[in-house]
Amino acid sequence: MRIIASLKIASRALRRNKMRSLLTMLGVIIGVGAVIGAVSLTSGATKQVEDQVSNLGENVITVFSGNFTTGGMRGGWGSAPTLTLEDTAAIRLLPHVVAISPEVRDRAQVLANGLNWNTQVLGESPDYPQIRNWDIASGSMFSDQDVRTLAKAAVIGKTVADQLFPNENPVGLTIRIRNLPFQIVGVLAAKGFNLFGQDQDDVVIVPYSSHMHRITTRTFVNSIQVQAENDKVISLVQQEITDLLLARHRSKEQDFTVRSQLELMQTVTATSRAMGFLLAGVAAVSLVVGGIGIMNIMLVSVTERTREIGIRMAVGARAADILVQFLIEAVTLSAIGGAIGIAGGVGFSRLVAYLKDMPTVTPVIWIVIAVVSSAVIGIISGFYPAWKASKLDPIDALRYE
Amino acid sequence: MAGVSRAVVDLILKYFVQTNPVIKLDAIQKTYHTGEVDVHAVRGITLNIFPGEFVAIMGSSGSGKSTLMNMIGALDRPTGGHYWLDGIDVSTLDRDALADVRNEKIGFVFQGFNLLSRTSALENVEMPMQYNRQRIHSHEQRTRAQQSLELVGLGPRADHHPNQLSGGQQQRVAIARALVNKPSLLLADEPTGNLDSQTSIEIMGVFQKLNDQGITIIMVTHELDVARFTKRMVILRDGKILTDEAVQNRSVADKELQRLRQEQQAVKLAS
Ligand SMILES: Nc1ncnc2c1ncn2[C@@H]1O[C@H](COP(=O)(O)OP(=O)(O)O)[C@@H](O)[C@H]1O
Ligand SMILES: [Mg+2]
Repeated sequence: MRIIASLKIASRALRRNKMRSLLTMLGVIIGVGAVIGAVSLTSGATKQVEDQVSNLGENVITVFSGNFTTGGMRGGWGSAPTLTLEDTAAIRLLPHVVAISPEVRDRAQVLANGLNWNTQVLGESPDYPQIRNWDIASGSMFSDQDVRTLAKAAVIGKTVADQLFPNENPVGLTIRIRNLPFQIVGVLAAKGFNLFGQDQDDVVIVPYSSHMHRITTRTFVNSIQVQAENDKVISLVQQEITDLLLARHRSKEQDFTVRSQLELMQTVTATSRAMGFLLAGVAAVSLVVGGIGIMNIMLVSVTERTREIGIRMAVGARAADILVQFLIEAVTLSAIGGAIGIAGGVGFSRLVAYLKDMPTVTPVIWIVIAVVSSAVIGIISGFYPAWKASKLDPIDALRYE
Repeated sequence: MAGVSRAVVDLILKYFVQTNPVIKLDAIQKTYHTGEVDVHAVRGITLNIFPGEFVAIMGSSGSGKSTLMNMIGALDRPTGGHYWLDGIDVSTLDRDALADVRNEKIGFVFQGFNLLSRTSALENVEMPMQYNRQRIHSHEQRTRAQQSLELVGLGPRADHHPNQLSGGQQQRVAIARALVNKPSLLLADEPTGNLDSQTSIEIMGVFQKLNDQGITIIMVTHELDVARFTKRMVILRDGKILTDEAVQNRSVADKELQRLRQEQQAVKLAS
């Protein structure tokens, strides 16, 4: 028999018993809804963390001075005087290193326009915006020339620009750092807060050479930001840097620490994968429960409609026609249940996201999984009742009271 | 003897008019194996039925009428003997082939109507066409179902559900459903068993009209009054044919109805 005709018969049978059909679907609706809702919320949270991690820059390796595990160095990363500009130059020559910036950090009071503001002053190389994946909103980054000439050039973050130049474009204007006039050559695009809740836009960036000679008088850098060619070579480059610096420093103990953003990312993805397995388990259990509900009702339905089956067989329905009819009924039940569940789950996660101000993402793959598994549940749970119906003897079925 | 005269008629029909029987039963048997004892419901029936015949199968309760009809209707398989329907040996067909035979060659009418409840008359009549091996366009299904309902005088009630129809009307829907696939054979197992006498005569009128149009009809009944509307009576006893003869003084439904109405009129006038 044609599928369309079967669908018509199925939909009529289901509409005839609306309340029962709804209750039958409830298992699948709740199962699919719960899974889609939970997946949407956890995926949203995971994506938020991932965004913040990639916000740190792409394929970035950071070399800190000092070794966290060394007993003597209690000043924290970046405080020990162990990394030099020569180290930076040597690392630059390693294969797969595409950009590098030695970093010196300081806090200072900066003045402009008769206003003042306490902010972080960083010394960096012109590669810095590329490494951090950070756009310049107006103007440009200072140049290598500026680094060589210890130029008094500065690029400022959005927060500093807003605080000191509320009504004008700061590019071309002057900012005073430790009483030295620096010319603003660019303003960075807004980047927001980092994973640790710090305002990344509250910053002034100057050439590292100017920082080390004019603002502070340092011969060591706090850290070195390195960008690797791609994510596949990150571990390799990390190892090369470690080997290189160990050789250069000739110290017994490792006096630096090499960390990559990849490690952070792996932690995040491992967590979300564990969450995914958990949800898949919940999904499987709830769909099995939903399937049992459907099978139960289909068995009742076959018994109730024994006479109808007999009539259909008497006018020429083959066993396969009856089988298909009941299978389609079961699949329709679970597919509609699945669809309502998906809509409900997405709606629920949107509502929670709206009320709790959380991000929510419903991955397409989970929608596909929900659709496929509810169809499969329909087929599996409908098959036995449908097979039972199709095996009925026409005369016995017609006589059934 | 009646059986002998019938055999002569068969021979004449076969060799001189050159018609083949619609139904040819050759020593058909049906034995039910239930528990300890075997029930021999039908024990060797040989019978030919030709196109255009209108046959009543009679006999007391338990004489094997329904068992025989179910085998003729391809709902059941004989345990012995052979059965040819339109020249096809039905006794050897498998389940699916039997379903196809029921769909294409046979229309069955039951005592209990056997309509789908909460389904309109039109949709009930459309149902056999859903199982046709050749696709029938849904538009054509509708038209044919409507025509079939008109044939039994129920055209205006096409969208009524069974519970909105009287017993006689429900049986007409069942007849329309049996006819919709243009079968070679219309079978009816006690079609008037659940109906009052006037409605029974109306249904017999429908059958006589269909038979006049050339449809072959076999009907089970245990009422002589009903059997008298047919052309030939086969009486069974204990699963065998007792007599098989043409109906003398055949009743005509239109006349019987007229007579019934006059009687009712007279009763009304008298009271
Ligand atoms: N499914 C069955 N199983 C066992 N015995 C049956 C079955 N159907 C009918 N019979 C028996 O076969 C005999 C003929 O029954 P049936 O053909 O229904 O008679 P009728 O229709 O003439 O009243 C009866 O004795 C009945 O009890
Ligand atoms: Mg009977």
